[in-house]
Amino acid sequence: MQAVVMLLLGGAVIKSTLTDTFLRYVKEGLRPFLLGAGLLLVTAAIMTIWYDLRAARGDRAPHDHTPHDHNPHDDTPHDDAPHDDGHGHGRHELRVGWLLLAPVMALLLLSPPALGSFAAGQSGSIGPAEASDYPPLPAGDPVQVGLLDYAGRAVFDGGKSLAGRTVKLTGFITPGPDGAPMLARMTLACCAADGRPIKIGLTGAPIDAPPDAWVDIVGVYSSEVGTDPVNQAQLAYVDVKSWQEIEEPTQPYE
Amino acid sequence: MKTAESAPAATAERPGEPDSWRIGSLEWLAVVLVLLLLVRDRLAGWLSGPGLQTWATVFVSVMVQAVPFLVFGVVLSAVIAVFVPRSFWARALPSHPVLAVPAAGVAGVVLPGCECGSVPIAGSLIRRGVTPAAALAFLLAAPAINPIVLTATVIAFPGRPEMAVARGLASLVVAVAMGWLWLRLGKAEWIKLPHRPDLDDTSKARAFWAACRHDVMHAGGFLVVGAAAAATINVVIPGAWLQKLAEDPIVSILVLATLAVLLSICSEADAFVAASLTQFSLTSRLVFLVVGPMVDLKLISMQAGVFGRRFMVRFAPATFVAAIVVGTAVGTVML
Repeated sequence: MQAVVMLLLGGAVIKSTLTDTFLRYVKEGLRPFLLGAGLLLVTAAIMTIWYDLRAARGDRAPHDHTPHDHNPHDDTPHDDAPHDDGHGHGRHELRVGWLLLAPVMALLLLSPPALGSFAAGQSGSIGPAEASDYPPLPAGDPVQVGLLDYAGRAVFDGGKSLAGRTVKLTGFITPGPDGAPMLARMTLACCAADGRPIKIGLTGAPIDAPPDAWVDIVGVYSSEVGTDPVNQAQLAYVDVKSWQEIEEPTQPYE
Repeated sequence: MKTAESAPAATAERPGEPDSWRIGSLEWLAVVLVLLLLVRDRLAGWLSGPGLQTWATVFVSVMVQAVPFLVFGVVLSAVIAVFVPRSFWARALPSHPVLAVPAAGVAGVVLPGCECGSVPIAGSLIRRGVTPAAALAFLLAAPAINPIVLTATVIAFPGRPEMAVARGLASLVVAVAMGWLWLRLGKAEWIKLPHRPDLDDTSKARAFWAACRHDVMHAGGFLVVGAAAAATINVVIPGAWLQKLAEDPIVSILVLATLAVLLSICSEADAFVAASLTQFSLTSRLVFLVVGPMVDLKLISMQAGVFGRRFMVRFAPATFVAAIVVGTAVGTVML
């Protein structure tokens, strides 16, 4: 019984790792560890089932390895009775183990989407970091630039390394404080619980894509700088020349 | 999701006869699975509100992030519980408890992992005869001062390596102080480790897999509770609230200490979150980093499961206060 839950948990972890769904939740570097953990869970489940079957077939009495709370000598009164704080172990363990089905089902049946405009609107944008120098952008017209990289070059470098270049930015649409659409992408330090947005203001060609739609934006440097009302971080702007809706990338975070 | 799971959980404890529930619960599981498959689309519909969807994403991501650490921690704790002989600990740690506490705290340095793994490991240590005070010092120190976490802290605060030094120092001081406090005030009966006849099995392999199964189900279940609570807080608290609270130096320390408990971020990631809370003072962010790996919702839930509730209601608040005091003191001197 517990083996089934472990099997499902291990299976769900392995499945989301192999299908890249896990990239919606954690960093890519966790992949080998997730696979290893998933395989260990499946192994533990198989070993549990194997010992259970053997116990069911043969020597039941002394080494019964079915779960605790129906193991007669497990509920010895001297252990539980004197200070029973409602934390009886056997049943408690079993009951709480059922909860593992919640993440399993969420992973297998729902696969919640990557963080989107709701999360982006709730926390303040990462302020661009000041770097000591901004190397020239790689070749390409337009050249694909990360949002954080663009923001740093736009705000602190005064757009010098962006001058004369057409850039392509990939992110999703999120409504800004004034309702105008902004471009955003979430960054993860570890998992989606610590996800933070980088927001970039949009001027130029109007964009009517709905919130959470993923877009490629081709544009040029704009000298406009705004602030995020959530945390007063500086926001870079881009002058939009053209844009198009795209599929959500496999790696939704930057 | 949650309501769907509470139904079988409630029924699992009802049937009285030992052998009947087993078949019963497996059937319940099958029924629940089929029902969930049937209502899958509707369930997705219920979860389509942006807040709920973000909740589900954060909940799943906390679990996915924690699973490797949980599993490796569980395997290591099963190795300790089954294969490492009791005599090893008697030789490895100083025999006097007062000295064993700092030794165990420093030993936490070599265990790279986050807090989800260290709870079952500390439980195993106590089970194998390590003095509880030393095991608790290890429990508190291991997630906070291991090389991975300190490296992450250095990276998260570029140009301020003293942040990582202050974090390691403050965390070690709190861990050792709590260990010694336990020696003076702690009562053995507060810790109530679940009775585990399976660990004394004559077959080591069988005992090993039984220990793995038990810890995954047990610690994992409590991790689910903590992850759900952390996801709720994550969705409910908008960033703009924090802005207003950051202005007063004392309030900001208390706010970030509380936030560390509520957010339950993995110790390997919390430095990046602390770095992002730029409106708060460095000292208050240090307190955030010291409190987080020692007291948070998922740890409280797991500690209650592994050590018992009577232990948790005393240990968690005391650690919380100690972490704030030491963190503030170290921050004031060093930052």
